[in-house]
Amino acid sequence: MKLKDILSPFNVWERAAKKPWTIKDPINDRPGAANYRGFHKNDFDKCIGCGSCEEICQNDAIDLVPVEGQETKEGNSGLRPRIDYGRCCWCGLCVDICPTGALTMSNDYTWVADDPEDYRFIPGADKTKWQDATKGYKRDEGIALINYDRVKMKEIEPENRDKSFIEIVKGYNKDQAMKEAERCLECGICIATCPAHMDIPAYIAAIRDDDIENAFRILYETNPLPEICGRICTHKCETVCALHHNGEPLAIRWLKRYIADQIPKDKYMEVLGTEHLADPILDRKVAIIGAGPAGISAAYYLAIMGYQVKIFEALPDSGGMTRYGIPEYRLPYDQIEKDYDYIKSLGVEMQFSTRVGEDISLEELHRDYDAVFAGTGLHLGRSTRIPGSDNKRVYFATDLLREVSLGNEIDVAEKIVVIGGGNVAMDITRTLARLQNIKYGKVDVLTTSLETEDIMPADREEVVEAREEKAVIDPGWGPKEIEISDGKIKGLHVVKCLSVFDEDGRFNPKFDDNQRKFFEADMIVESIGQGMDLSYLSEEIKSGLKFGPRGRIQVNKNFQSDLKWLFVGGDIIQGPDVIHGVANGHVAARAIDQFLKK
Amino acid sequence: MNRDSESKYKGFEADRSKYPQMEKDKPVIDLESQKFIKTWQGPQHPGVTGNMSVELIINGDEIVDAKTHVGYLHRGFEKLMERRRYIQCFPIVCRICVPEPDTNEYCVSAAMEDLAGIVVPEKALWLRTLNLEMSRVGSFLMWLGGQAGSLGMGAIGQWTIGMRDFWLDLFEEMTGGRVYHMYMIPGGVRKDLPEGFRDRTRELIVRTRALLFDIEKTFFNNAIVKARLKGLGVISPEMVTEYGIVGPSARASGIEDDIRINNPYGKYAELDMKMITSDVGDAYARAEVRYQELHQSLDLISQIMDKMPEGGKIQAKLPNVLHWKIPAGQTYVKAESTRGEHGFYMVSDGTKYPRRVFARGASYTHAISVLEKLAVNISISDLAALMVSLHTCPPEIER
Repeated sequence: MKLKDILSPFNVWERAAKKPWTIKDPINDRPGAANYRGFHKNDFDKCIGCGSCEEICQNDAIDLVPVEGQETKEGNSGLRPRIDYGRCCWCGLCVDICPTGALTMSNDYTWVADDPEDYRFIPGADKTKWQDATKGYKRDEGIALINYDRVKMKEIEPENRDKSFIEIVKGYNKDQAMKEAERCLECGICIATCPAHMDIPAYIAAIRDDDIENAFRILYETNPLPEICGRICTHKCETVCALHHNGEPLAIRWLKRYIADQIPKDKYMEVLGTEHLADPILDRKVAIIGAGPAGISAAYYLAIMGYQVKIFEALPDSGGMTRYGIPEYRLPYDQIEKDYDYIKSLGVEMQFSTRVGEDISLEELHRDYDAVFAGTGLHLGRSTRIPGSDNKRVYFATDLLREVSLGNEIDVAEKIVVIGGGNVAMDITRTLARLQNIKYGKVDVLTTSLETEDIMPADREEVVEAREEKAVIDPGWGPKEIEISDGKIKGLHVVKCLSVFDEDGRFNPKFDDNQRKFFEADMIVESIGQGMDLSYLSEEIKSGLKFGPRGRIQVNKNFQSDLKWLFVGGDIIQGPDVIHGVANGHVAARAIDQFLKK
Repeated sequence: MNRDSESKYKGFEADRSKYPQMEKDKPVIDLESQKFIKTWQGPQHPGVTGNMSVELIINGDEIVDAKTHVGYLHRGFEKLMERRRYIQCFPIVCRICVPEPDTNEYCVSAAMEDLAGIVVPEKALWLRTLNLEMSRVGSFLMWLGGQAGSLGMGAIGQWTIGMRDFWLDLFEEMTGGRVYHMYMIPGGVRKDLPEGFRDRTRELIVRTRALLFDIEKTFFNNAIVKARLKGLGVISPEMVTEYGIVGPSARASGIEDDIRINNPYGKYAELDMKMITSDVGDAYARAEVRYQELHQSLDLISQIMDKMPEGGKIQAKLPNVLHWKIPAGQTYVKAESTRGEHGFYMVSDGTKYPRRVFARGASYTHAISVLEKLAVNISISDLAALMVSLHTCPPEIER
């Protein structure tokens, strides 16, 4: 034993003279670090109630619950996370995954309450002392547990497509589809928004599992037009997708197309298990007016219920607006036929070139059939009614698109102006650009709309692609007058449009007459909306119906009119778009079934 | 009792000349004879670093038989992970060892990365290495306090736990949590360092070294400590292999085995470090090795502060973690914790959830078979010191 080892420990007294380390008032003097994972905060303005936090929580500490003042609306479930602090382990996974960045943590870490129930609380709704804390854990830029970037879709280059009507979008291959499907959060916000309430997360999950047949069956539960909707659906689901808040929404539409593209036409019956349905099993008959999406959807769901269904179509082929209103480069005719041929194979009769009201009356249908569904669509154009719009070289977009689909030749001018800012305007612009290219080897189409580019109703990619195809888009102008000389069109005078809607959100455009422009043209196309043709309703039938705003037939939530045997749906009731038609047709089919069972 | 530390690896064999008598290599313990008392150390005994108990048969104050009992804090983490998505595992594993959670975080992430083929960005590797070394500092400080406390020197325990709190402050800044950091996730780490962190760390290293200097004077240069620890629980190199002893406990017996040097992971290969060993093998030698390794960790942190680049990616791109499936396979990853080799064996069957996860901690061997052997023939008052000198962590045994 060394003497040093006996004396050395007395050094312990040295520390008695040193300043103590203790913090006297830790609650006030010792706030949590700037990055501390303390109590939760939730920004209700950002939160969409997608439930990703609930899904990722490994302790099941989070439940999504209704909260007073938070309403369910498109893209927002109205539910908010409630956190049970008896289970939470403050790992912050909920913050890391939150696709909107609404959920964060404060650096507060002390909380005393008498009632244990208090510790099960709803951040953002319950008043807390830390709700305005600026410090605390947040997800950093570049840290992501989910993938915000969409798998790019291959498209045909502008120089290879501007002279033909070949389909532009190539579609996903298996790897791309599985990669894209992996991005889905399965929150189901899209289901509520989709008019047909398609079970989107379920079919996307089936893609991930590479079980395409199951995915296909899920599609047909709510939508019998997957090839069509997989190409040209207005994809409201993508608009509300939880991923779009911080990145690109899931390509739900392209994934639907991927599923439908994988199943060959001759396998449809086998995959969907409908081989036994070729002959109707019920003796009740339903007539359907219009072979568009609404009519065909009603026909399909009635047919699989066993009804005898016959469709009467004025035009020479099926598809309605999907064939006669949408250019082939967006929706090839063989894809329309793929959807329709399957439905025909279920025993649904289709009688084309038969206009109800002319070739056969609605009364006759009422007499011969147990119920009638009318989905006649919006085939009439609307005019700007500006001076000169009655010239024979002023056309409606819908008429021209129909002529192109029918295979009739159009007298395409060298200089064309299109009025309108919606998708139909883009369709006609790009169709005419192609026709000009074929005829003249150059493009001179100018499209103008009241709306400025940021509020143009057309899909962004339509505008971009139209420009790629050398069409000129000059939005934000109001048409004033079409200048005509010797019966020939010289061009269109426009004035600057300052605003389209008034403070109440009503259509009430304001113009600045001092800012003017003149667009030279020898042909003008109006594409400012479509109207319906209800001429097949006789006065007697009309007297039994009620009409709502804009002349729409009033129907109940099952699309049943005041004449109990007459059901009405599709663009003339809701929309206009394909998916509303599909949804209306499905609901009406179930309602017709209920009506006929009584 | 043998207290001659210089008598190289002798003294661990029990003296069976008096009691109990041996019959067929097994002690005959007849409690009815009134020569023995059965007593329990733990699970509430402060000398046990967690909830575990040792069933003792004592003769006078001499232990003649010891049996370790666990089962007080089994939480079933391995099983829980089989019911959780891969990403949901990392908040659980830190609880496997409370004083040193980061080795678990590292291993579980590294296992997933290995199976899924994820390459971790450079900066994240630096941050992980820093995190692991800081974690070693925290754990060693806690051990040092425990070792002193087990000899009745409570003041040193207060100093080291107090100093550990300053390290926890740094953890709080860096990771957002003080004890459970949940910092390393598959693919990297969750946060870059806050501003001024390097300076504050360098400052704390200086303060820690000052405290260690005081501890050297009061604890290591202490006649009582030397009297009690020297010759206690001597482990021979043969025993290291036989029992699977790892970490400082093995190095104190002259075995050159440090995963950071022999199988470097993270950024250890780029750091300058030497193997710290002793050839004595008793509790005092183990304390000395750990003390030097504590200094080594502080030195490594300084090196990391100097060498780690500013900025850079801290996380590899992960697939959507809600649907993350790892290809079928199995792996074993290991890291050097303060107690020695810490490893995770993970099996994936290609689904969203791990098929099997096994956490291997050093404490299982150290606190059961090794302790049961070394406890025999020592005084009951030295048992706590022996247990701490093996650096046992009961939560790690049970998981």
